[in-house]
Amino acid sequence: MPDEQAWREIAIGGTEINPGSTERVNTGAWRSEMPIIDFSRCTHCMICWVDCPDACFEISDTRLAGIDLDHCKGCGICAAVCPTHCITMVPESSVPVKSSESGA
Amino acid sequence: MTLKLRELTEKTEQFGSGHALCAGCAEPVAVRQVLAALVNPPVVALATGCLEVATTRFPDTTWKVPVIHSAFENAATTISGVEAAYKALVRKGRMEPRPLTFLVFGGDGATYDIGFQWLSGALERGHKFIYVCLNNEGYMNTGIQRSSATLLGAWTTTTPAGDVRPGKLQWHKDMTRIIAAHNIPYVAQAAVHNWKDLMTKVRKAEAADGPAFINVITPCDRGWRFDTDKTMEVSRLMVESGLWPLYEVENGVWRMTGGGQKRRPVIDALKSQKRFSHITTNGDESVVAEIQRRVDAEWESLQQLCEMSARAESES
Repeated sequence: MPDEQAWREIAIGGTEINPGSTERVNTGAWRSEMPIIDFSRCTHCMICWVDCPDACFEISDTRLAGIDLDHCKGCGICAAVCPTHCITMVPESSVPVKSSESGA
Repeated sequence: MTLKLRELTEKTEQFGSGHALCAGCAEPVAVRQVLAALVNPPVVALATGCLEVATTRFPDTTWKVPVIHSAFENAATTISGVEAAYKALVRKGRMEPRPLTFLVFGGDGATYDIGFQWLSGALERGHKFIYVCLNNEGYMNTGIQRSSATLLGAWTTTTPAGDVRPGKLQWHKDMTRIIAAHNIPYVAQAAVHNWKDLMTKVRKAEAADGPAFINVITPCDRGWRFDTDKTMEVSRLMVESGLWPLYEVENGVWRMTGGGQKRRPVIDALKSQKRFSHITTNGDESVVAEIQRRVDAEWESLQQLCEMSARAESES
């Protein structure tokens, strides 16, 4: 968190000037189930990408490349809408914790 | 411009991550789809609601486009002012003209109830903007209170279900048709599971010569009581049961969209949401039958409007 500001220091109108700055919030800590992609069956149709509430699908050159687990809340919509059923939800406890998501 | 998902992924994401909307919320999905479909850069006004509260927690913002929020009721008025100011600045030569899309996101509380007269006024004045209503059928941000969009028989915290009352007693307001009666260039109903239909409507709204209104059903897993991964399925059931028909009114021409004229019984949609469990499992079928009867009548009326439009078009 940045230093707390007193009301005199806050911009008039409560202007927020850092586009997309909620990305520093680790909503991945909410998750109890984690999506796992089986890339051997993925057709890169991008239905998961367009239906994700948290914009968590990483795209590289119009192909699905991975999932942003720092922000994925584990809702499971992607697994439910995947036409080839290549995304499965597994309990968070069954996956070893990676350093990037341990600091909630 | 075509609507191909893989091409749309190349567009920079304008609505980011880390917002505080619930897991499985349909609202950010609708917002991402709307922003991805736009051709021009947008200027966004937000009404108070889940979306505004959860994406603009001071000092942070989830948005990567200009966003303004002033109060609950006046998002349509705020964007009217932005649009009028832009036109005035261009007219006075103080700003270069540029392609811009003026956009509002408001919930059903802000649209059906609290901001209704302000929206109606902005539509009548003819400002060029797109109003997107994210309809989750209740005041979900403040704890699932009923709104005038809440369905008959639904449980909410202000329409509790019990021995005396079967949830909400009133039929919901048909806001899309009320807006259509303003005779603006483009009005549509869309659903979050059908991205192609929704994005096509956003493109038409953006190209319309005047105000446009899109009413999007955004199922709320907390308020409607279903599992977080069922959001798209519930949206689909709402459409397929006729509780939320997909249609558009383009320059006065009514048209069904999104395919699928065949309907399934409303009970299929009601059973997918535990807010209706008291009327779907208690053996008393009268409320479900009443919902079916009203949906049938509204569907019939909608088909007639579409047929009249088709006839008028073929004659002209």
